Amino acid sequence: MTLTAAVPTAPATPATPEPSHVTMSGAINRALRDAMTADADVVVFGEDVGTLGGVFRVTDGIARDFGEDRCFDTPLAEAGIVGFAVGMAMAGFRPVIELQFDAFTYPAFEQIASHVAKMRNRTAGKVSLPIVIRVPFAGGIGGVEHHCDSSEAYYAHTAGLKVVTPATVEDAYALLREAINDPDPVIFMEPKRLYWSKGSIESVAAAETFDSFGRAAVRREGTDVTLVAYGPSVEVAMETASAAAEEGWSVEVVDLRTIVPFDDETVVASVRKTGRCVVVQEAQGFAGVGAEIAARVQERAFHSLRAPVLRVAGLDIPYPPPRLEHIHLPGVERVLDAIARLQWDDQPDTRFLSSAKANKGGAA
Amino acid sequence: MTTQTTQTGTPPRLAMSTDPVGDDCEVLVAMTAGTSQSLPTSPFARGLMPAPIPIQFLDQTGHRVQAFTDDYPEPAPEQLVAAYRAMVIGRRFDIQATALAKQGGLAVYPPSRGQEACQIGSMLALSEGDWAFPTYRDSMALVTRGLDPVEVLAGPRGNAHCGYDPMATRTAPQCTPLATQLVHAAGLAYGEKRRGRPTVAMAFIGDGATSEGDFHEALNFAAVFKAPVVFLVQNNKYAISVPLSKQTAAPSLGYKGIGYGIASEQVDGNDAMAMLAVLNKAVAHARSGQGPVLVEAHTYRLDAHTNADDATRYRGADEVEDWLHRDPVARLDAWLRRECLIDDAFVASVAQEAEAFAADVRDRLGVAPVVDPMSLFDNVFATPTPQLLEQRAMVQAELNAEEASR
Repeated sequence: MTLTAAVPTAPATPATPEPSHVTMSGAINRALRDAMTADADVVVFGEDVGTLGGVFRVTDGIARDFGEDRCFDTPLAEAGIVGFAVGMAMAGFRPVIELQFDAFTYPAFEQIASHVAKMRNRTAGKVSLPIVIRVPFAGGIGGVEHHCDSSEAYYAHTAGLKVVTPATVEDAYALLREAINDPDPVIFMEPKRLYWSKGSIESVAAAETFDSFGRAAVRREGTDVTLVAYGPSVEVAMETASAAAEEGWSVEVVDLRTIVPFDDETVVASVRKTGRCVVVQEAQGFAGVGAEIAARVQERAFHSLRAPVLRVAGLDIPYPPPRLEHIHLPGVERVLDAIARLQWDDQPDTRFLSSAKANKGGAA
Repeated sequence: MTTQTTQTGTPPRLAMSTDPVGDDCEVLVAMTAGTSQSLPTSPFARGLMPAPIPIQFLDQTGHRVQAFTDDYPEPAPEQLVAAYRAMVIGRRFDIQATALAKQGGLAVYPPSRGQEACQIGSMLALSEGDWAFPTYRDSMALVTRGLDPVEVLAGPRGNAHCGYDPMATRTAPQCTPLATQLVHAAGLAYGEKRRGRPTVAMAFIGDGATSEGDFHEALNFAAVFKAPVVFLVQNNKYAISVPLSKQTAAPSLGYKGIGYGIASEQVDGNDAMAMLAVLNKAVAHARSGQGPVLVEAHTYRLDAHTNADDATRYRGADEVEDWLHRDPVARLDAWLRRECLIDDAFVASVAQEAEAFAADVRDRLGVAPVVDPMSLFDNVFATPTPQLLEQRAMVQAELNAEEASR
């Protein structure tokens, strides 16, 4: 039940991508191939991942090159795919499964929340499930409904799952290799609109080990304010930082890379340095990952803060139709507005003092 | 990085400690033994369709009847004697666990009294290397498999979610979210087949759970990947209070396999001989690489859903009384005695063994289990996150303070 007509067609990924200037989908393809070469127990399966190479062509050529035992299509049933992976992991395999679109993971939620996340715990460590669940997620590609959800908070809230989302091509490769090596289940969330972004994976593909889980990356150094972002929002944060520099603000950008495990240390160190913090996420804001980050920063760096931690998030609405998504998605202007509200003149923010003012809009 | 390893553990079985028959009957045993040892592994003769009526070998009085089809060889006498013994011990265990739940020794217990032929038949049809994917109502089956009853009851006892080692016992944790473990059985069976191992997965499900989506996804995946799974539906007529008539319009739950291309059968679930005959062949069929099998066993849950349930609110005593007359233990007892396969001395020794088994469970559950608060932080992940380590330190400090104030 996949509606791909409204989704831009991904450019075909070369079977063996060029080492430089590879796309993010190409980097993920390469990571799958390298992991499958390194470990014969790694198997890839899901809907359309075999002959077609996936609706985003992320698994392009893998079934052809590794055989149908290693990369295969399954019946169209997400709970079945995840449950099947649980069983195969119990037989010693390391399944890497694709759930085609964010909102199509929901039929599998019971399998993920009740079994994948809990198996190690409920068996006192006797059964571990080294499963990677790849989820193309988030919007910005003009997708029709049910194709653009940001569902990371559901997983981050579930104890026992690691939740990973790359923001760069290099990280897409390295984080996926690390996810496949990990003894615990990983929800690997791939920002759809970054599939065609380009970068080099030459140096990282040569690495022997990968250890980025739980280590946020400072993507740009600054002294006045910290922008914390992950996945598709890192690009927005970086563009905002460039625009802010023109207005005289020196912005530091922290890319979480892994929501779980969460890197309190890097985030808090940055905020202690800058004294101000804005969290950017594409998902609707209420009870989201950004709320958790804002709470943690205020718990841990209160005396370093010169202003409340603000959030810039998607609106608290179901994902809108393509022609309205630009209003929903946090953009540079909305993040700049939030930065402007960080009490630079040391005066209280009056936004929430009266309902009339509160209704003026802007970043919430 | 931890590599998942599959151990080939050998669960201890209940050892046959007593010679089943006295001298009088030796000849008969010799004559009947070995007549039913070769199990054809071809697909069920009728293809996918189950028999129009449940397969039955013994009537309610324990007399041998002509089964609807001769597809299923009569089980070997040794297996039937073993089934009798396991049913008697299993029933005693079940009654003991129910009593402990009523007394507060267990938080809850979902009994399977009345379903002994299903519980025992399923396990006696398996080999040691096979896997079981049980539900919360299959404790008797796990005890029959040789799992430590105290480990089986760890969940209701409150000291662990799963008290036994699933890899060593080749028995998945007893599953509460209905039908979800069936898909695991399909994946494991397929994985084992990929490894070239002759493993069969026995997947347990009740009548109510056949309405769950995962039941259908499991059947479909198992069929498409020709996974060696035997799906055993114990149709005990009630999903807590909801009767089968409100659960399905299907003429038999056994028909649910057909649409998925799965060979299916229905059997009298209170007839241990029929259960073994059908399950022996179903397991052999799956093991031979011909794909999964679905077996519906018609049985009855004599007790309430759990000790917290009041079955008088949804069914009459006369209905329960009627099913008491179809008792699987009495039925096999009558036939085995008539065939001189067991005698009074054997029956008495098994009863004694069952009492000893129950006493052991009672004694060991009477001792409060040791639980370690710090274990809460183990096994959330292979390596705890910094956040878990912080919380661990907090709890440790609380416990230290509590200890110091004593």
